[in-house]
Amino acid sequence: MDLHFGDSKPTDEERAAVDTLLGPPESSWEGADRSDADLRWARGGREARARRDLLLPGLHAVNDRVGWISEGALGYLCRRLTVPPAEAYGVATFYAMFSVKPRPATVLHVCTDLACMAAGAPELCEGVESRLGPGSGVTVERGPCLGLCERAPAALAVRAGDPVRTAVAAPATVERAVLTAGAPGSAAEEPPAARALPQAGDPSLMLLGRVGVVDPADLDDYRAHGGYAALRRAFALGPAGVIREVTDAGLVGRGGAAFPTGRKWQATASQPDTPHYLVCNADESEPGTFKDRVVMEGDPYALVEAMTVAAYAIGAHKGYLYLRGEYPRALRRMEHAIGQARARGLLGDDVLGQGYAFDIEIRRGAGAYICGEETALFNSIEGYRGEPRSKPPFPVEKGLFGRPTAENNVETLVNVLPILTGGAEAYAAIGTPGSTGPKLYCVSGSVERPGVYELPFGATLGELLELAGVREGLRAVLLGGAAGGFVRPDELHVPLTFEGTREAGTTLGSGVVMAFDDTVPLPRLLLRIAAFFRDESCGQCVPCRVGTVRQEEALHRIAERAGAAAADDVALLREVGRAMRDASICGLGQTAWNAVESAIDRLGAYE
Amino acid sequence: MTAIPLGTPRLLLAFTLDGEPVRAPEGSTVLDACRAAGKDVPTLCQGDTLTPKNACRVCVVEVEGARTLAPACSRKAEEGMRVRTDTERVRHSRRVVLELLASSVDLSTTARVAEWIEEYGAEPDRFGPDAARVDEEPRIDNTLYVRDYDKCILCYKCVDACGDQWQNTFAISVSGRGFDARIAVEHDAPLTDSACVYCGNCIEVCPTGALSFRSEFDMREAGTWDESAQTATTTVCAYCGVGCNLTLHVQDNEIVKVTSPHDNPVTHGNLCIKGRFGYQHVQNRD
Repeated sequence: MDLHFGDSKPTDEERAAVDTLLGPPESSWEGADRSDADLRWARGGREARARRDLLLPGLHAVNDRVGWISEGALGYLCRRLTVPPAEAYGVATFYAMFSVKPRPATVLHVCTDLACMAAGAPELCEGVESRLGPGSGVTVERGPCLGLCERAPAALAVRAGDPVRTAVAAPATVERAVLTAGAPGSAAEEPPAARALPQAGDPSLMLLGRVGVVDPADLDDYRAHGGYAALRRAFALGPAGVIREVTDAGLVGRGGAAFPTGRKWQATASQPDTPHYLVCNADESEPGTFKDRVVMEGDPYALVEAMTVAAYAIGAHKGYLYLRGEYPRALRRMEHAIGQARARGLLGDDVLGQGYAFDIEIRRGAGAYICGEETALFNSIEGYRGEPRSKPPFPVEKGLFGRPTAENNVETLVNVLPILTGGAEAYAAIGTPGSTGPKLYCVSGSVERPGVYELPFGATLGELLELAGVREGLRAVLLGGAAGGFVRPDELHVPLTFEGTREAGTTLGSGVVMAFDDTVPLPRLLLRIAAFFRDESCGQCVPCRVGTVRQEEALHRIAERAGAAAADDVALLREVGRAMRDASICGLGQTAWNAVESAIDRLGAYE
Repeated sequence: MTAIPLGTPRLLLAFTLDGEPVRAPEGSTVLDACRAAGKDVPTLCQGDTLTPKNACRVCVVEVEGARTLAPACSRKAEEGMRVRTDTERVRHSRRVVLELLASSVDLSTTARVAEWIEEYGAEPDRFGPDAARVDEEPRIDNTLYVRDYDKCILCYKCVDACGDQWQNTFAISVSGRGFDARIAVEHDAPLTDSACVYCGNCIEVCPTGALSFRSEFDMREAGTWDESAQTATTTVCAYCGVGCNLTLHVQDNEIVKVTSPHDNPVTHGNLCIKGRFGYQHVQNRD
């Protein structure tokens, strides 16, 4: 490798931001003053290249401190990590939260996604933009779901500096959003996580029982509420015993694919190649999904413990928690919890004095829905563009850093705790034979009590909506998020199980339940979904890169049309959608047409 | 004594291709097997000297039991697998992918694509006159080669050839994302401000003509480019002692571009700036 770094110099501030992360440079090769030793040998090289995975944290460091990433800053970071600048530029321009062009220090992200749209996001955006015009020192970015759907509409202010300041306005009025952007440091604290739980205090809650009950900052309180009993049981059972228990419990992944967790762990554990990695996917970016955020904010130690159990089962000594960039409070809570657990010997070289080493590193996403795809997430951690990899090989064989990796999302992992404390049999008795255990749902839209709900599998959609207080005039329910599908108000008897929704021709997906009453214009919703996928496509494969654009164009053309006038474009949509489903590399392109198709077929959107 | 490399013996895998039993050496791809069986599977991003990126998706085939179609170029053949290369489902995806591509970029200099568009009945115009296109002016910022992103299908071959697969210069990458993704050098700068070493290996692998010799680009603009009137002569580069093979493309007794045979075991089609671009002295007749 013969890298060319150009002449742009970092400012002192940019250099400080990078050095805070990487430590001061040691040799002139990476930007320090030349010393005599530099004339004798070169440092950096292979050793520095092995730290390529610090590229994303490095970009965050600069963006957090300065607000954008200049040529000089990128060049300096590349020099420190021996990363080719062209590649780093490709990475920096991949993520929505970074800018490679100068911009004001404060960015106000205003959510324009489904729940917020139904709650008046378009008016909010217009109001905020007219108040925060050029010269206001704030950039307003209309963006995808911020995961605050229960408090829609939502806005997130990020002010670069040392330290970076973040604040949330939700539910946001123009006034509140402008105030929050103006002074993110002194904005009011968000309501506690438990406010997102309409069922708070219900003693039957298995996954959410501690949210709002324990102090999320207090490890002792967590232990006083049954914390770390599962890990003790895991050590008593041994790794194979844990996997057997999880398999017997019938736990399947809650991220949408419903793959048996025990089988995934077994496949990872049995790989001869080492090291093994555990990755927790906390890149919850599906529009309408916010359950993982609530769990991490309200019960962070549960995730730390569950990750430790999972890692022990698969023989991993290092776990990565890939956390959405748009979740500053969840990040703070998880950072604190991991630090406390480490200080108390619950992470580190000798977990619980059992001679087992495990530690967790947090990696922050930077605004890319695609990074929730498991292999794109690996690329993102490794410091490459978050483009999905071709499968096979599967992650259990070649995952993070090319090693055997088990990747689970937050909800899946926290299910492991009741499985171990209560036993597989008791767990499997909950729900239905095909879908065991409890399930979390994110209910938002036209309901009285939006929030995260926990119900045993098998409850019907109607029962769930009843709990949430569905409003009069229900027009449609979006099940499973933007990648899921719409169901009609007369289909509320659908049982919320993997097999039940499949039979009904829809999907449970990530557990999104969004209710829309007849005041929400359906074509506008569909346009927003199409725009979302067009925005979030990584661009790697043709069916998704161009297909999402052609779909959005067709939806624009028929936004005001119906019947025969729309027939041509509906047929075109179907053809493109079919090829996207069949020929795209990953789930994003394969599912991008689902919701629109279901709106046409089940709701008669353009009849 | 001449050493004859025999390679390690490889297991033959048995599977079926369109119902016919075929055998392919372990490690070969479905595409290898298709070509060995004489089947014409269209490919755009696949390259004979590079690891398949499977980004274009025109080579998709149906593997029985799989939820989605599989790219033949990178899907490894497996014992007992049943592959169909010409079902309605396969043809549909190929047709739509060709339509999507041809509606968004200029494929006029892409080899064979017109033939496939006809074969699959693709109608790129049906997305309407307002369909978004890449539509960018060619970037002419140096005397050796031209980047015309209006013709770029983002096959990643130039990125791989410039990066760890051949040149190890890492001057180009993909920037942005989605429809706005583009091949770019750092900060989207002119090539002259980048890490480019002008080896031209990216031109060698470009399947669409998005990267081309300045000489070819200028002649096409002037309407004087005539491939049928060209001869190609393979010779040995005279600059250094490595002995790379050069193929000189000559039109009207002038060298118009230089390529290198991909089956050369030493260079696999790669050259350096001198071999690729340093041919002017040959035709300096003063």
